[in-house]
Amino acid sequence: MSGDPTRSDVSQLVVPVTEDDHRQGPDDAAVTLVEYGDYQCSHCGQASPLIKDVQEQFGDDLRFVFRNFPLTSIHKYAQHAAEAAEAAGAQGEEEFWSMHDLLYENQDALDDESLITYAEQLGLDPERFRSDFASHAFEDRIHEQFVGGARSGVNGTPTFYINGERYDGSWSPSPLSTAIQRVLSSSR
Amino acid sequence: MSTGHYAISAGEIHREPLSAGTRAPEFTLPTTPDQTVSLSDFHGQPVVLAFYPADWSPTCGGQLSLYNQLLPEFQAHGAQLLGVSVDGVWCHRAFEEDRNIHFPLLADFEPKGAIAKAYGVYRDAVGTSERALFVIDAGGIIQWSYVSPIGINPGADGILRELEALSTTVDMEESR
Repeated sequence: MSGDPTRSDVSQLVVPVTEDDHRQGPDDAAVTLVEYGDYQCSHCGQASPLIKDVQEQFGDDLRFVFRNFPLTSIHKYAQHAAEAAEAAGAQGEEEFWSMHDLLYENQDALDDESLITYAEQLGLDPERFRSDFASHAFEDRIHEQFVGGARSGVNGTPTFYINGERYDGSWSPSPLSTAIQRVLSSSR
Repeated sequence: MSTGHYAISAGEIHREPLSAGTRAPEFTLPTTPDQTVSLSDFHGQPVVLAFYPADWSPTCGGQLSLYNQLLPEFQAHGAQLLGVSVDGVWCHRAFEEDRNIHFPLLADFEPKGAIAKAYGVYRDAVGTSERALFVIDAGGIIQWSYVSPIGINPGADGILRELEALSTTVDMEESR
């Protein structure tokens, strides 16, 4: 299109990855893939196993980070699901990722009762989970991630960033892994 | 309530999107069957004008739902968000109810696309506006404009960056 001098460059991740993030893979990996996701979003659910394929393919060259972007006005269970994952994360990183996977495997049952059942299933400290979940202990953290995502140009879920640059291509495995490979090659 | 429902003061047609530094054309458009909204209603505060092609297209829904959820962030900068499309008020009402939209959607319906034309973002071939964003400062001057590829949700990073910049400018002026 002509006459569009104001179009901005590719959106950039404005909130750097820190120790506060849920991360898989080495912190010194050449490539960091950040996902902003919503546990009730079916596209995120479809992307979840594909991310695992990409992680397997790139091994220690790839670090994966998950941040919350619950679209609460269209997904009524997304906020509490995110809070449940964070409440699990308060009990350990492994617990976070187990809950993360379980939520994506059970997107048709994300009501509060189911979320509590998942916590039990994962062997979490039930008292602590219930207390964190009931008091919305991680509401602020999730909101901060949401706003940080919006400021980074998240425009739907899932939105991915490869080494800080928004990835606007298809998130099917081959284009995503091609894009990661390109960044990996240029980093060497 | 304004009587000049469909009035635009300039009545000009621009072929290119109005750019930063341009005075934002005044308009008065219906937002419900019995209410209108004018740009000048918001004089003294920043306005985010989001033109989008149509109420029910999937990308628009996602874009407007995202902005809806970011209303507190826009409000933190004192800004008013207005959505504009060529759909009529009844269409807007159904869409707002379905998507739980809490900001005004304006009907640029008759004469069709007049405001989109005044802002230089009308697409003659298809009869809708572009997917275009304008951030207008408290004095009515366009500070930023952006036209997104029609099928791509532009997100909110550009809007938030611009509102932050406006807030910073105001703070600096006030501290002088």
